[in-house]
Amino acid sequence: MTETLIIRVQGLTREYRLGSETIRALRGVDLTLRHNEYVAIMGPSGSGKSTLMNVLGCLDTPTAGEYWLSGVEVSRMNDDALARVRNREIGFVFQTFNLLPRATALHNVELPLIYGGVSAGERRRRASHALARVGLQDRMHHRPSELSGGQRQRVAIARALVNEPSILLADEPTGNLDSTTSAEIMAVFEHLHGQGQTIIVVTHEADIAARARRVVTLRDGLVHSDQLQAAA
Amino acid sequence: MPFGEAIRLALRMLWSQKMKSGFSLVGVFIGVTFLIAVVSIVEGMNRYMTERFAGTFFGVNTFHLRRFPAFSEDVPAETWRLWRRRPRITEDDARAVEAGLTVPVTTAWQSTASATVQYRGRIARDIEITGATETYFEIKNYRIERGRSFTAQEVRAAAPVIVVGNELARRLFDDRDPLGREIKIRDNLYRVIGVVEAQGNLFGISLDKFAVAPATAPVKKFTNPPGLVDAVLIRAASVPEMRLAMEQTEAIMRSRRNLRPNQDNNFALETSEGILDVWGKINRILLAALPGLVSISLVVGGIVIMNIMLMAVAERTREIGIRKALGARRRDIMRQFLVESATLAVVGALIGIATGVLLAQTIASTTPLPASVAPWSILVGVLLGGGVGIAAGLYPASRAARLDPVDAMRHE
Ligand SMILES: Nc1ncnc2c1ncn2[C@@H]1O[C@H](COP(=O)(O)OP(=O)(O)OP(=O)(O)O)[C@@H](O)[C@H]1O
Ligand SMILES: [Mg+2]
Repeated sequence: MTETLIIRVQGLTREYRLGSETIRALRGVDLTLRHNEYVAIMGPSGSGKSTLMNVLGCLDTPTAGEYWLSGVEVSRMNDDALARVRNREIGFVFQTFNLLPRATALHNVELPLIYGGVSAGERRRRASHALARVGLQDRMHHRPSELSGGQRQRVAIARALVNEPSILLADEPTGNLDSTTSAEIMAVFEHLHGQGQTIIVVTHEADIAARARRVVTLRDGLVHSDQLQAAA
Repeated sequence: MPFGEAIRLALRMLWSQKMKSGFSLVGVFIGVTFLIAVVSIVEGMNRYMTERFAGTFFGVNTFHLRRFPAFSEDVPAETWRLWRRRPRITEDDARAVEAGLTVPVTTAWQSTASATVQYRGRIARDIEITGATETYFEIKNYRIERGRSFTAQEVRAAAPVIVVGNELARRLFDDRDPLGREIKIRDNLYRVIGVVEAQGNLFGISLDKFAVAPATAPVKKFTNPPGLVDAVLIRAASVPEMRLAMEQTEAIMRSRRNLRPNQDNNFALETSEGILDVWGKINRILLAALPGLVSISLVVGGIVIMNIMLMAVAERTREIGIRKALGARRRDIMRQFLVESATLAVVGALIGIATGVLLAQTIASTTPLPASVAPWSILVGVLLGGGVGIAAGLYPASRAARLDPVDAMRHE
């Protein structure tokens, strides 16, 4: 089964040093994820969910422990190699969307392709295709300020998907959205999962977690529980 | 990120913050404006000196035999005293040189003094009056615009005829035909037989306020004591022939003056090269002061750009975090900000070039200084601008490149 393992994390720790104090955000997390899993990560505030997602998304490096992504150990990679992994292997969706405010939806979605060295024509084709996948084909030339919160998050999802990443990471993607829009976004995730996408979603809301096939709960920087559940 | 894209992004960035960009451009702008304007003027003078001055004013392949050099700089007082004690050049010297040279040459001699010229009620003061032989015009490359120059026969006959410079003609006669009119110089009347084509001006001094009469004419009474001349002008067909003629002249003069081998020449042989040397020195001084001026403003400009870029990096911390999260490597971010600051500086340089060219042209048209834009100075301007931009951008760009993506994205 190892060949279908996308993520293997062992003894992962992440400590922050604040003056003389050491904050241990992750204290030895073990986790494995297979292809096309749909995992919700839950846990109280400060339990280390975002810290874990940042490490999984190669935005942050662990203090200790191993992290293997698609069979490659990324916990020992240098900055440039990590940038490449972020670009090719990972799609990250943030609570605050993190779109470039001055750029159009299309340009925002093109960004990962630009850093991936894709030619202009191909970039445009793939970015518009990704926007179409999230139902925004007629909003391509709008700036974030001209879009609703739900639409912005869909642009961010299109951007996360445009490089066909092995894993889609979302840290409270509906945290800034009302419940109707949240439901729309979660429907998009479910649809993507149906198409074979591997997904990890951090959420505080039980009804959102209920849509995932597996729920991992963190507490004080450790995995507290890890349960499979039937599709909602 | 492809280069063209980075420049486009940079230009969009600059355009969206016009005020700030405008402010940050000032230093580079001033530096490059200076560069272009000063170089243009120096270049203009160069052209002038080599093309007009050396060619027309002095004469091509021509050397002058004089008591001491007419064009010299920084002559010590001691040297001056020695020079003034030298014997003067005589008409006999001129004849002896002319007869002794084996190289084919054209020879003329001249004596010049300043005098007032009158025509009916009109008075023109401080006019250079030259008494010369008929070959003078040929040697000086003076083209006669109207009428003719005087002949050998008129020189022999001491005819009271005169050829006038362009401006003198205008002053005395306005638009009337100068030919055949009689002008008065120091109580003697001369008939105007020709007008020399306009020579323009040098450092604001008109080169057209002169008159030339036969050396034998009454002008000789006030230009020089009898038998003496200011200079013998000798023109050869080529530079090597000129050199040979100079050697022969030197030998003839030394023997006429009975100089022993250990004695220095007590006369001067002057060529336009010597004058151009003097000009070259002035030129070099001007150009030597330029880098100082330019680099001060470029350094100031660079510091301003660096500060603007640091502000830009701080303001766009979040954007940098986002770009890094999406796969931008350090060098991508580095390049983005370097291109931005280089673009900023090059835009400043381009505006500086335009202003410098304009300034040079304005100076050329409103003052006596000539100007001619040197293509190399434009290239240097652009390169300096880009260089300053890159140098000023290095530190801000590397700060941007080293930002941690998580921290940067959390930044407000
Ligand atoms: N940059 C940092 N410097 C210092 N401490 C940090 C930093 N980032 C996170 N922490 C600490 O690490 C712990 C885990 O934080 P984390 O953001 O992972 O929690 P979380 O589970 O995502 O919480 P929330 O549900 O509120 O988002 C917290 O105690 C937090 O204060
Ligand atoms: Mg969090």
